[in-house]
Amino acid sequence: MRPFTYERATDVAAAVKAVADTPGARFLAGGTNLLDLMKLEIERPTHLVDVGRLPLAAIEDSPDGSLRIGAMATNSHLAADARVRSRYPVLVQAIVSGGSAQLRNKATAGGNLMQRTRCAYFYDTAKPCNKRQPGSGCSALEGLNRNAAIFGASAHCIATHPSDMAVALTALGAHVETVAASGATRTITVADLHRLPGDTPQIETDLAPGELITAVVVPPAPTGGQIYRKARDRASYAGGLASVAVAGGQVALGAVAHRPWRAEAAEAALRSGASPGEAAKAELAQAQDHGRNAFKIALVSRLMAAALDQANTGRA
Amino acid sequence: MKTTITVNGQASPLDLDPRTTLLDALREHLNLKGSKKGCDHGQCGACTVLVNGVRINSCLSLAVMHDGDQVTTIEGLAQGEALHPLQTAFLTEDAFQCGYCTPGQICSAVGMLKEAADNWPSWATDDLDSAIALTDAEIRERMSGNICRCSAYPQILAAIRSVVGDAA
Repeated sequence: MRPFTYERATDVAAAVKAVADTPGARFLAGGTNLLDLMKLEIERPTHLVDVGRLPLAAIEDSPDGSLRIGAMATNSHLAADARVRSRYPVLVQAIVSGGSAQLRNKATAGGNLMQRTRCAYFYDTAKPCNKRQPGSGCSALEGLNRNAAIFGASAHCIATHPSDMAVALTALGAHVETVAASGATRTITVADLHRLPGDTPQIETDLAPGELITAVVVPPAPTGGQIYRKARDRASYAGGLASVAVAGGQVALGAVAHRPWRAEAAEAALRSGASPGEAAKAELAQAQDHGRNAFKIALVSRLMAAALDQANTGRA
Repeated sequence: MKTTITVNGQASPLDLDPRTTLLDALREHLNLKGSKKGCDHGQCGACTVLVNGVRINSCLSLAVMHDGDQVTTIEGLAQGEALHPLQTAFLTEDAFQCGYCTPGQICSAVGMLKEAADNWPSWATDDLDSAIALTDAEIRERMSGNICRCSAYPQILAAIRSVVGDAA
């Protein structure tokens, strides 16, 4: 690990100022992804501003019926919250399908959104990777790309976003609240928070340097069933090969793109009366594989159809 | 960097490079070698300790993040010569072979039982509205962050089961 300095933030304004004013500074919350990447020297911050103790962990009802989740709420507390369980079961299922209990006890809502890809070439510092070293090339294009994207990828990067939680939040139409160094606040939908790779895969979100996610806001759940389905290589504690979140007529896919993928074509088909299978087919019409991940197209198609069927009928 | 962590009930002032993980602080600075370094990347669970009663991977946390926290390691579970019930259960059920993962397994199980008692759901929980019943499937799922290379899983399950009693 490269040397760095550390400070524990005591208020939000000072934290965002510290990160914005210090070149190479990063926010540190649970640290489960950042510290792992720092050990591998993929992340090399010069200064860490620990925001983990900021008073941003509350989960509160909003007057408009939304649920406002503080960015520092742990994944475990979020999944255990009685309101989340009764209103957003898809969010609970997505969260508890991710990582291990030890990781979920540490990982925060904000940090979960900001975690980075698990693409093998992002981790292998001996190999080119445009995300890790812009301009060096994408080793996954011709390499071990079994878990690569099938939607929205580019010739520069075919990595996927690894979060399960973000897929459920995308299906639920959630947004984040942020604060910038200037003190300005804004909201961004979770679906728009992450960018497609284009020719700048190293820029993963639309957040400005020093901009901090302070909360995740989930609107009232749409009418209809909710379900999270995840396909993976082992039954527990494994990243997804593909996942599907359904909330009423709203659908999002995980592990298939550089961001949680809102399945708009499938949703449009469902509104026109399409069957689950037809809706899946409509979404997959725009899918593109890279060889070893070709199986994902059939996998996602079946997984989405099954999830839609299950959400709407309760059948497993 | 000066940090004080209360470890197994004892306030422990430390002066650390900020890069020091909680695991390395426990093992190399406080000489508590029970918590093990397996993968050092949060994948195996051998480093599991309880922080303010909650299980975490101590390898994926900086010691300076825990200034003021209460940390319990495997060394802190027994009361004098009286072993923790889970320690006794692991002995009785022969729930290990090489033993390297055992401190993490036991600390993890202590945290897991508290989570289940607090009704925290898992991927194995079918009904989010009812009280958690610690079925074998629930215990296996909740312990999946702890790998055992000797594959003593059936005995680990039996040890935890013996402490839990029969699932509702």
